[in-house]
Amino acid sequence: MSRESLINAALLLGLAAVPLYAWATDEPFTITLATRVAILALAGVGLNIALGLGGLVSLGHAAFFGIGGYAMGILASHAQSYTPLMEVPFLIEGTKSMPVIWITAVVASALAALLIGVLSLRTSGVYFIMITLAFGQMFYFFAISWPAYGGEDGLSIYIRNDFPGLNTLDPIQFFGICFALLVLALWLNARLARSPFGLALNAARQNAQRVETVGLSPFRLRLAAFVISGAITGLAGALFADLNRFVSPTMFSWQMSGEIMVFIILGGVGRLYGPVAGAALFITLEHFLGGLSEFWHIYLGALLLGVVLFARGGVIGLLAGRKVAHD
Amino acid sequence: MTDPVLATHGITKSFGAVQASRDISLSLQPGEIHAVIGPNGAGKSTLIAQICGGLAPDAGRVEFLGQDVTPLPTRKRAAMGLARTFQISALAMEDTVLQNVTLGALGARGGPLGLLRNALKDQDLHDKAMTALDRVGLAGQASTVTAELSHGQRRQLEVAVALTLSPRAFVMDEPMAGMGTEGSHRMTAFLGELRDEAPILLVEHDMDAVFALADRLSVLVYGEIIATGTVDEIRNNPQVRAAYLGETA
Repeated sequence: MSRESLINAALLLGLAAVPLYAWATDEPFTITLATRVAILALAGVGLNIALGLGGLVSLGHAAFFGIGGYAMGILASHAQSYTPLMEVPFLIEGTKSMPVIWITAVVASALAALLIGVLSLRTSGVYFIMITLAFGQMFYFFAISWPAYGGEDGLSIYIRNDFPGLNTLDPIQFFGICFALLVLALWLNARLARSPFGLALNAARQNAQRVETVGLSPFRLRLAAFVISGAITGLAGALFADLNRFVSPTMFSWQMSGEIMVFIILGGVGRLYGPVAGAALFITLEHFLGGLSEFWHIYLGALLLGVVLFARGGVIGLLAGRKVAHD
Repeated sequence: MTDPVLATHGITKSFGAVQASRDISLSLQPGEIHAVIGPNGAGKSTLIAQICGGLAPDAGRVEFLGQDVTPLPTRKRAAMGLARTFQISALAMEDTVLQNVTLGALGARGGPLGLLRNALKDQDLHDKAMTALDRVGLAGQASTVTAELSHGQRRQLEVAVALTLSPRAFVMDEPMAGMGTEGSHRMTAFLGELRDEAPILLVEHDMDAVFALADRLSVLVYGEIIATGTVDEIRNNPQVRAAYLGETA
C-alpha cells in the first residue's frame, strides 16, 4: 500500500470515527459537523472529476450544487403542502423520498451540466472560468427572482426527507447515508481515473493535440467529465439542503463555487481524497476559528496562500509526497 | 503509377500577406518514403497541418485513401489511419510511457471508451501497446514517466503511438530531431523497414537520413514546391542547389 492510500484510509476512518464517538458521547452537533464534511467533500469529489482529471477550472459548480438543493426543496415543499408540482399535461406530485429526490437532483444537474458544458467547453483558460462563473450567477439571480419557491428568502422544509428503513432525523443515521454516498462517489472517481475514459481525459488535459491525433475528441471527453462532475455535485446539493432542511439562493452563489474549489486546493488538486481532506480542514477551521472571530476567513486566506505557494499538492501532497503514476 | 495513398491537390494557404503554401500538389505512393525538405520558414509545418487537419487550406484539397478529407477534422483523419508524429513531442508528459501508447491503442479501437474498466488491465490494449513499444525499443521503459525520457526516446515513443493506430500512412515531422548520431541511425534503419507497412511522408532536417531513406524528395521554398524527384535528380537540380542545398553543403 502506498503512503497516499494509507493516508486516504486514515482520512475515511477518521471521518467515520468522529461522529461515531460523538454519537456514543451524545454530542449531536459534532455529528452534524461531520455530516457537513461528508456532503461538502462529495461536492468536491464532483468538481475534482472536472478539475483534477479534466483540468477544467469551473467556477460555476454552485449551479449544480444549487440545482440539487432546489430539486430537493421544490419536491419536498410540494409534498409538505400537498399541492402537485403540475397537473397538465400529466400529474407530477411532490415527494419526501430521498432516493427519488436524489435521482431528480442528479438528472437535473447532469442536464444543466450538459447545456453549460456544450457552450462553455468551446472556450478554455480564463474564458472558461469566466463563462462558468457567469452561468452560475445566472442561476443565482434566477433563484432570487423566482417568487414561487421563496425567492431571496429561500424555502424551509420542516421535516427531513425519508429513506426506506432509516430514521433520517437521527443525526447518526443521516450521517451514514451521506458517508455511504461519499464512499460510492470516491469509488466511482477511482474507477473513472483508471478507465480508458480517464486515461484519455487525463491525456487531453496534458496535451489535447495528442488525443486528437489518435482519433479521439477532447471536447467530448471533457463534456462527459463535466456532466459526471455536475451530477455528483448536484447530488451533494440535495443532501446539503436536506441537512439544513433549508434551501436558498446562496447555494447558487459564486462564493459557494469558490468554497468547493477551496476544498480541492486545500486537499490537493487531482488527488482522489483531496476534497475529503480539504472539506474536513475547512469545516474544522470554520468551527474553531469561527468561534474566535467573525473574520476567520482572514486565517483561511493565509492558509490557502501558504498551500498555493509552498504545498502545491495540498494537504495530501504534503503528507504523501509526490504523486506517483498509478498503474 | 498506382493510386496514391495520400495526396494534396493545389493547396494554398495565406496568413495575411504571407503565402505559406502556394499551389502545393504532392503525392505519397504505397510503399514509399516521400521526404519534404526545405529551409526554415519554407512552410513545412503549415503543409503538415493542412494534411493532418489542424489548418484548413484556402484553396485546394487533401485526399486520403481516395477520399476527399479536406473538410474532416484531425481526429476523423486519424481514425481513418493517418498517423502523425510531432516535431515537438506531443505526449502526455505526466503519464507513463505505457499509458501514452495505450491511449493510441484506445483511439485505434474506436467505439465508446469504458468508464469503469481498468484501461491498463485490458489485455487487448496492453498487447497492442507493448508490441508497439517493443518495435521502437522502448519496452524496457514502459513504466517510466514520459517527462523523464530523453529527447530521442520521446521521438521513439511518438512513433510507437503512431504504430498503435494501425496506420495507412505516416506523416512524420522531424522524427530525428534531438537524437544523437547513434539514435538517428537506428531510427533511419527502423523507418526504412516501416515503409512496407505504410508509406511515410517525412519532413526532416537530417540530410543524411533523408538521402538514405527517401524514394522521392520534394523541395519546398517559400511555400512552393520547386522540384520533386529521386535523390539523384534532386541532388543534381541546379535550382535546388541554389535555393537550398548550397546553403547547407
